[in-house]
Amino acid sequence: MKASVEKDSRPARERTVAQEFVSPEVNIFETKDGYVLEAEMPGVSKEGLEITLEGNEITIVGHRHAEPVSGELLLRERRELDYRRVFELDPAIDTGKVSAKIEQGLLTLTLPKSERVKPRKIAVD
Amino acid sequence: MKFLTRWQRPELATWPTFERVSNLREEIDRLFEAPLAEWARSSQLLSGWSPALDVYEDKDNFVVKAELPGMKREEIEVSLQDGGLSISGERKSEEKYEEGEVYRAERFFGKFQRTVTLPTPVAADKVKAQYKDGILTITLPKTEEAKPKQIDVNVS
Repeated sequence: MKASVEKDSRPARERTVAQEFVSPEVNIFETKDGYVLEAEMPGVSKEGLEITLEGNEITIVGHRHAEPVSGELLLRERRELDYRRVFELDPAIDTGKVSAKIEQGLLTLTLPKSERVKPRKIAVD
Repeated sequence: MKFLTRWQRPELATWPTFERVSNLREEIDRLFEAPLAEWARSSQLLSGWSPALDVYEDKDNFVVKAELPGMKREEIEVSLQDGGLSISGERKSEEKYEEGEVYRAERFFGKFQRTVTLPTPVAADKVKAQYKDGILTITLPKTEEAKPKQIDVNVS
């Protein structure tokens, strides 16, 4: 996550069959304990969320469960596509301790740094 | 240009490869296909943020859906005035992370307001709003007078 480099890691073949996704808007903070990533995924509930850790990459996928609305569309600004975004992780992150929650379409990922890289005070005898 | 689009692909920020160039092209095509409302919303980026809306109409109701991720119910205000529906509120940033170093800040915070003029009168006392998974759904039943009526004509 150091450089927060994002890349499309899907094989080329898969990309051409392209399911279209939208990229959620994110905020990323670094604190002394780790990173916090917030991603906006309105329309996605806990059940629609798919988070995959692979190597040094984390993939966030959000499936919407749109309840169909009958009638004629007078105005359309929303795009009801699923969300997807990939982030490269800082090696300092303890991938075993990553946690996620989603509240009102806002995903919060907590990515703690492993104990060995956290700044630590050494007691002097 | 990429700053004006809501769904910009973040990888465009890096040096474009061939594939990315084609993405950019699609992006531009999309901009030209986008309805006027998109342009109106884009221009509002300078003054604040503006949640995306869908408006549906069937014979009995209007249904408005607004994307408002990560808010609390009490921060959202819905009102009806002179046949116009107004959705407003303020999204506050969480202070607990402010001391940390910011790597990315793509989310919008602050005040917003959207107003939709409804083409026919609605029964103000029967309007319902629901906020779930970051989507605000407002159902506005039409008044009896505004509903389409079928008139049977007896042909003699």
